[in-house]
Amino acid sequence: MSLRTRLQDRPFLLVQAWRMTEALLSLLAKPLRKAGLERASRWVRPVEKPIKRLLFDCQMCGQCILHYTGMTCPMTCPKQLRNGPCGGVCQDGTCEIDGETPCAWVKALERLPRTPWDHERLRINPPVDWQLEDMASWVTLAIGRDQVTTGSDQGPRYVTEILD
Amino acid sequence: MTTPPSTSNLARVLAAGHPAVAVEISPPVGPNPEALHRQIELLRGIADVYNITDNQSARIHMASLPACIMLKEAGLDPVAQFTCRDRNRLGLQADLVGAAAFGITNVLALSGDHPVCGDHPHVKPAGDIDSINLVRMIRMMRDDQVFESGQPIPKRAPDFFIGAVANPFSPPFDFRPIRLAKKIAAGAQFIQTQLVYNLDRFREYMRQVVDMGLHEKVAILAGVGPVKSLAGLEFMQNQVAGMDVPESLMDRMRRLSKEDQAKAGLDIACEIGEELRQIEGVRGLHIMAIGAPTMIPGLVERLGLLPRPTL
Repeated sequence: MSLRTRLQDRPFLLVQAWRMTEALLSLLAKPLRKAGLERASRWVRPVEKPIKRLLFDCQMCGQCILHYTGMTCPMTCPKQLRNGPCGGVCQDGTCEIDGETPCAWVKALERLPRTPWDHERLRINPPVDWQLEDMASWVTLAIGRDQVTTGSDQGPRYVTEILD
Repeated sequence: MTTPPSTSNLARVLAAGHPAVAVEISPPVGPNPEALHRQIELLRGIADVYNITDNQSARIHMASLPACIMLKEAGLDPVAQFTCRDRNRLGLQADLVGAAAFGITNVLALSGDHPVCGDHPHVKPAGDIDSINLVRMIRMMRDDQVFESGQPIPKRAPDFFIGAVANPFSPPFDFRPIRLAKKIAAGAQFIQTQLVYNLDRFREYMRQVVDMGLHEKVAILAGVGPVKSLAGLEFMQNQVAGMDVPESLMDRMRRLSKEDQAKAGLDIACEIGEELRQIEGVRGLHIMAIGAPTMIPGLVERLGLLPRPTL
C-alpha cells in the first residue's frame, strides 16, 4: 500500500493539514485578492501543485472540493464526476474502464465518514469552470472564486432541501 | 415536481395514474432510415415513449436527435438521450434547443459509458459536466429561460420533461438513493433504472427510496431486459458495465436447449416485470431488449399492459 493510500485511508493528518491551510489562506485573502487571480496563482501554484500532486494525485482543476470528497480527488475519476459514482462501478468496487483500478468515488465515500465533513455527501457540487484549470485552488478558495456557479441558478445545493 | 408538460405522452400517462411503458430503440449504425422505420412499425402502439440511445455502450450509431425527429414524424413520442461523454455544454445545449424546436419534450440525462468500453477507445471523452449538473442545466433552461452562461434564451423557454437514470446494482449501495435524491433536487421528473435481474437488491434499493419519500417526487420506471439466449445473458453480465445477473438465472438458462432458452428468456422477463410492478414506488417499466427487439411486443402483451392508453 502506498503512502498516499495510507494517508487517505486514515485521513486524520490530511484533515489537520486542510484546516491549517484554510486558516492560513483566510489570513492571506486580502493580499491575494489585491494581487489578482492570475498573478497570485503564479506565485502559489509552484508550491500547491507538487504537494497536492504527491498527496492526492491532484489534477489542478483550480476549484478544489477535496474536503467534500473524503480527501480523495474526484478529478482522478476517468469521467471527472463531481457528484458521486456513475452506474459503471463493478461489483467489487472497481472502475468500468479496466476492472482493476478502485473507483475514486467508492474510495471517497468510504473515507468521508472518517473526516468531519460526512454531511457533504449530500452536496450538489457545481460543474467545473475550466477557466480555472491549472490555477492555484488555494487562491481561488481564498478569494471566493472557487465555487461560483455559472448562470443564474438558485436551485438546491443540498439534497436535504428537497427531503421532507 | 413542476406540472408536467402536456406535450409529453409519458407525462400524461403518469399523471393519469397508469403504469407507464417505455421501450428503448437503438438507432442504426449507418445512414439507414429504413432500419429505423422497421423498428418503428414493429413497436408502434406497444409503449408510451421510446428512448433513443446516444452512442449506446460508447459504440458509434446515428445520433439520438435525428432519430427522435424521425419517430416524432411517425407519430411516436420519443425520449432523446443525452450523455455527457460526447458533447460539452455548448453542444448539449445546442441539441437541447434543437430538440425543443422539433417538439421533442422528453429528455434523459446520463453520464454515458467511457469510450474505452466501446469501439472508439482512442477518443477523448468530453467530461465537461456530470449528469447531475446536466439535469440542473436542462431545468434552468426550462424554468429560468437561461443558458448555462446566464444568457437569456430568446423567444420562449424550451418545454422539457426531464429524465435521469439510476443503477441500484452498482456499489456503493448505500449511496445510490442519495445520488437519486441529487438528481431529483437537480430537476429530474422521471427515472429509468438499469436492467433488473437481481430482484432482492432492487427491492432493498426501493425500500430505501420509499423511506426517503423520493418515490413521491419522481416517477421511477424499472428496467426489464428480455434475452434470447444464455449468450445474451452472459453478454449482459460480462460486457455491460454495472450489471448484476444472479448465478441462479444463468443456471436456469444453462440447463436448457437453444430453442428453450428463447422461451425461458421471455418467461424470465415476464416474471421480473410482474414482480417489479408489485414493488412500492415503481410507476412503470423501461424495456431494453439489447439485440432482441422482436421480443418486446410479446412481452408487453403478456404483462397485460396492452393496449396502451390514448390520452
